[in-house]
Amino acid sequence: MSEVTEQRRLKTPAGAVGMAVTLPARKPRSLWSDAWRQFRHHRLAVAGSFVLLFMVIATIVGPFLWPIPWNHFDMAEALQGPSLRHPFGTSDLGHDIFARILWGGRISIAVGVVAMLVAVILGTLIGAVAGYFGGFLDSLLMRMTDMFISIPSLPLLLLITYLFQDRMKAMFGIELGMFLLIVLVIGGLNWMPVARLVRASFLSLKQKEFVEAAHCIGVGTGGIIFRHILPNTLSPVIVAATLGVAQAIITESALSFLGLGFPPDIPTWGRMLYDGINWIEFAPWMVLFPGGAIFLTVLSINYVGDGLRDALDPRRMFAV
Amino acid sequence: MRRGIPDGGDELGATREEGVVMDELKQLEAAARTGQLNRREVLKRAAALGFSAPAIAALLAACARQEATPTTAPAAQTPAPTTPAPAGTPTPAAAASPTPAPVAQRGQGGLVKLLWWQAPTILNPHLAQGTKDFDASRIVMEPLADVNDAGELVPILAEEIPSVENGGVAKDAKSVTWKLKRNVKWSDGTPFTSKDVKFTYEYVINEATTATTMGNYQVIESIETPDDYTVVIKFKNPNPAWMNVFVGPYGMILPEHVLRDYVGEKARNAPFNLNPIGTGAYKVKEFRPGDVVVYEINENYREPDKPYFAQVEMKGGGDATTAARAVLQTGEVDYAWNLQVEATVLDQLEKAGVGVVEVIEGVNVERILINMTDPRKEVDGERSKLGVPHPWQSDLRVRRAYALACQRDVIANTLYGRAGKATSNILVAPERFVSKNTSWKFDLNEAAKLLDEAGWTKGPDGVRQKDGVRMEIVYQTSINPVRQKTQEIIKNAFEQLGIKVELKSIEASVFFSSDPGNPDTYAHFYTDIEMFTNGPSSTYPLDYMISWYGKEDNIAQKANNWAGNNIERWQNEEYDKLFEQAQTELDPKKQEELFIKMNDLVVNNVVIIPLVHRNGVSGRKKNLTGLELSRWTDETWNIANWRRSG
Amino acid sequence: MTQYLIRRILISIPTLVAISIVIFTILALAPGDPLAEFAMNPAVPPEVRQRIRKSMGLDDPIPVRYVKWASSMLRGDFGYSFRSKSPVIDLIRQRLPTTLYVIGTAYLVSVLIAIPVGVLSAIRQYSIFDNVATTLAFIGFSLPTFVTGILFILLFSVKLGWLPMIYRTTIETEGLAGLWERVKQALMPIMVLGLFETAALTRYTRAAMLETIHQDYVRTARAKGLAERVVILRHAMRNALIPVVTIVALSIPGIFTGAVITEQIFRVPGMGSLLISAIRDNDTPVIMAITIIFSALVVLFNLIADILYGVLDPRIKYE
Repeated sequence: MSEVTEQRRLKTPAGAVGMAVTLPARKPRSLWSDAWRQFRHHRLAVAGSFVLLFMVIATIVGPFLWPIPWNHFDMAEALQGPSLRHPFGTSDLGHDIFARILWGGRISIAVGVVAMLVAVILGTLIGAVAGYFGGFLDSLLMRMTDMFISIPSLPLLLLITYLFQDRMKAMFGIELGMFLLIVLVIGGLNWMPVARLVRASFLSLKQKEFVEAAHCIGVGTGGIIFRHILPNTLSPVIVAATLGVAQAIITESALSFLGLGFPPDIPTWGRMLYDGINWIEFAPWMVLFPGGAIFLTVLSINYVGDGLRDALDPRRMFAV
Repeated sequence: MRRGIPDGGDELGATREEGVVMDELKQLEAAARTGQLNRREVLKRAAALGFSAPAIAALLAACARQEATPTTAPAAQTPAPTTPAPAGTPTPAAAASPTPAPVAQRGQGGLVKLLWWQAPTILNPHLAQGTKDFDASRIVMEPLADVNDAGELVPILAEEIPSVENGGVAKDAKSVTWKLKRNVKWSDGTPFTSKDVKFTYEYVINEATTATTMGNYQVIESIETPDDYTVVIKFKNPNPAWMNVFVGPYGMILPEHVLRDYVGEKARNAPFNLNPIGTGAYKVKEFRPGDVVVYEINENYREPDKPYFAQVEMKGGGDATTAARAVLQTGEVDYAWNLQVEATVLDQLEKAGVGVVEVIEGVNVERILINMTDPRKEVDGERSKLGVPHPWQSDLRVRRAYALACQRDVIANTLYGRAGKATSNILVAPERFVSKNTSWKFDLNEAAKLLDEAGWTKGPDGVRQKDGVRMEIVYQTSINPVRQKTQEIIKNAFEQLGIKVELKSIEASVFFSSDPGNPDTYAHFYTDIEMFTNGPSSTYPLDYMISWYGKEDNIAQKANNWAGNNIERWQNEEYDKLFEQAQTELDPKKQEELFIKMNDLVVNNVVIIPLVHRNGVSGRKKNLTGLELSRWTDETWNIANWRRSG
Repeated sequence: MTQYLIRRILISIPTLVAISIVIFTILALAPGDPLAEFAMNPAVPPEVRQRIRKSMGLDDPIPVRYVKWASSMLRGDFGYSFRSKSPVIDLIRQRLPTTLYVIGTAYLVSVLIAIPVGVLSAIRQYSIFDNVATTLAFIGFSLPTFVTGILFILLFSVKLGWLPMIYRTTIETEGLAGLWERVKQALMPIMVLGLFETAALTRYTRAAMLETIHQDYVRTARAKGLAERVVILRHAMRNALIPVVTIVALSIPGIFTGAVITEQIFRVPGMGSLLISAIRDNDTPVIMAITIIFSALVVLFNLIADILYGVLDPRIKYE
């Protein structure tokens, strides 16, 4: 079924056996340049990339430009609605929410994306190996997956805090140490669905003709796994990845309620959302803006993911 | 499974009933229940007597109950052989009830719904694991006496409160004699006697029982029961805190006939723990640990016209804010416990007009503890070790500077609202022990001056230092939104002073754990300052003031697995002397002097910084009356008097 | 096939033992205290709290505690809860019906909504329907249940007064009125949880359908003149189901352990709240019982998923 895909993918890096003959004059089009053309035409994906880029830049540069520091509070200005001075309103202690969204965004976006990458990479590797090799290795890896699914996360998190928090702080300093710990913990707790998804696709794909064909022309195991089968499993992985970003941002805030992670006075989007929920009727901006920021980030990541997937699938050249 | 239906109870009850003068309604209801009259006859007579519709409805309910049960077992259904409350000793709560109802009628009020956002898990108060368990048990079980908000003892199972004047309390305070009410019965019909009191002591003091309430009973030498209604408690030493035993939440009496075989290790397997037999107004109908308790009237309850509500439902779980919504906004429940909600939010929710917020002045003080020992230096496998002084906090000037940097009124007003007020004392109740000699202020300039004087001057990066040591502190507390905001306010002021603060927040179950292996507990105190709340549990607050007693084995440290009470590791000979004197002092005037002096010593030495005197906050629906909340005991202590008006 | 089944079931026994050892060790090492609440109660002095800790065996060596637990477990005895002193099995029995009813319905509803919506979204990729569904799904996923829960309470309980915000297991009303009361109080938790689950599952279904819908065999089926319905249901969907089956099989055991936050907001006495309070109280017997049953379900449903893969795609062999 995926022969077409396969041919196209085969030709790209290896130097294009057939196409080179028919199109000698032009510079050979690579998968990536194809993908890029395709992606450019995907309006939502382009919009998503812009929004995402804008948010990243805003959170990096913004705190330097915005006059009110994120940790400044003035109780005389508590619970004010959005205004020119405080475009996103103020919190119950009188923090400027805009400043906090900008500052917290650095952490939330970074944690969301990196933790998602950890989960996806780990899950994909384990799923691919289990699905491709099968047999004992599959059994072993999948039972390990079962175990990770079964472990109740709360005691595990408390244990990790207890064992590693101070050590990480001592080794990497408080900010980097906590960041690494959080990212590894969230990634380490969320790779299981990805692993099972990838494995399921592998089970089905490895029996297909194009894999046999690849075997026949002498492609090595690594090549078959990563170049031939893996690209075909991307679509559920991309979904898992986009959802994973949202989950990681929320999980980060949940972790801070266990005393794991950043000190309590550092605002992250998830934390601001949680802090604001009690005020939802009286100061809705305390919920609206952090919630909106998470939503916008996740939605743009999703469209970027969608665009990427479409772009990488040559059969959908004309779908746009 | 219901336990223990009294055998032959009906005959006894029937004969007694004749001797007792009851009002017409009472008689009618009883007749209806025992089946002497059928519905129609009851109705006719009731109408003839001019009773109101709800009263008649209650009567009919009584008939229905009778008619629904098989006639073969009338015994179980016999009404309480209710002895009237001893004339002349109405409970003060009843007297104080704001809406004196003309015809008090047992069970008239239907169902009352209580909401505790922590769910009770066990109903044996001596094995309780939290306030919720005591509160839930107290609806069924009773102590000899309870303590009202003024700190006065109110007789419950006792006939009267012992005192030196009536000879109940010995002159040397080495023994106390309680006279018990007669004719009190357990909900299964067995009479309550002094043997039950003695048994309760034996049950609790048995180490294998692992009773949580044991601490209060270790002062007892022996208990004697000269007759069924007299209990003589002998103490090991003269005991001015004699009212700590068999009184209040930790003093509920257990039935010997039910628990006789469950003392010691077997205690945990007793069916009683989930379905207690008590002398209170209610008995348990259904209990789902961690979710809900449903109570129904104890037909053997001694006061004939009480309780007003036929059923009580105590639902548990959830969080404080939605609990506040349920009682203040939607009115789904009649009473909600401990509404620890941001001040402004609570005020806004109350505006809905469905419920009102009840504030009970509390006994607890939210405070910052200052470590006298060095948390960074490890000596013999232990940090914050006694004898290893803190590099700067052992200097009184530094500690005073800390105290000057705490904006207590802002914290109290914005974060606590009605739930607290700024204080300068560590002992804020009972009233007679509250010091008037202390005060507090917020003054960063003066604080800066003190730090300069102490030799801690600002370095180039704005952080104070002395001899190359930077003033960087770690400030820990448990995870709780209000505490995290307090941390933020204090950190802000400290950093203006040039003290660098790292905030640390720890899961409450870890922070407050007694696990000797975990360095993050409040008792290890491996940080420079920490914050939590604490206060006395007794009206003679020795058990609380022991927190600063400096004797070696009272100091939390490795040698005693951090089980000592003194966490700051502050030692002061004068304080120790005062404390020892208070242990046996019987003169009320001198007691006052001692406690006030102890308070002032701790405050003036800035061993802790008292921040907020915390109040209890709960919510009730507007028409729920008769509550008499007390800071010294369970909120449910007088549930027999709760009513619904209008 | 039979042989494969037997082998898988045999493997699952050492798997469960290994899982139980790991979980037990984590629980034993994790910090916490059953009596933490009394830390600030002068009536319960520290030495009493330590004695009680000891009596629960919390200070014994971990292997000793594990063997004790495992041997009674083998006799089918889940032990007694530290907290309520009642048999763990009773606690689970009390919670299970509510959990299955509320959480189970929420999952069922989400599957019933998500699959058709996902399929339609994929067929009409980038249509208005698809974009609306996508946006809704992401709102559902970026708003954690503690936010949607409060929003629903504000709307349906506070503003409109239609639904109760507290879930009661003690409703005594009989007949239709009682049934309606029971349904009414479950509506909000089901909606909150359903929204969240639907959001995720829709995305997976849509992605999987998109993957198959452009395949050659689907085009071939169309070319043969088959009805669009048949093309979609028989040819495209069947192949798209593999990831969907994976995700659904992963989440079914989750019905048993409940949904902590949703249960907490609406005070649904489900397994989630039992587990979380047991964890907070260090109530090891309860935690172990729930997690062991849960892991058995995880192993079972992964086996079912593996079998279903073979049904959906006959080329997958059982090894």
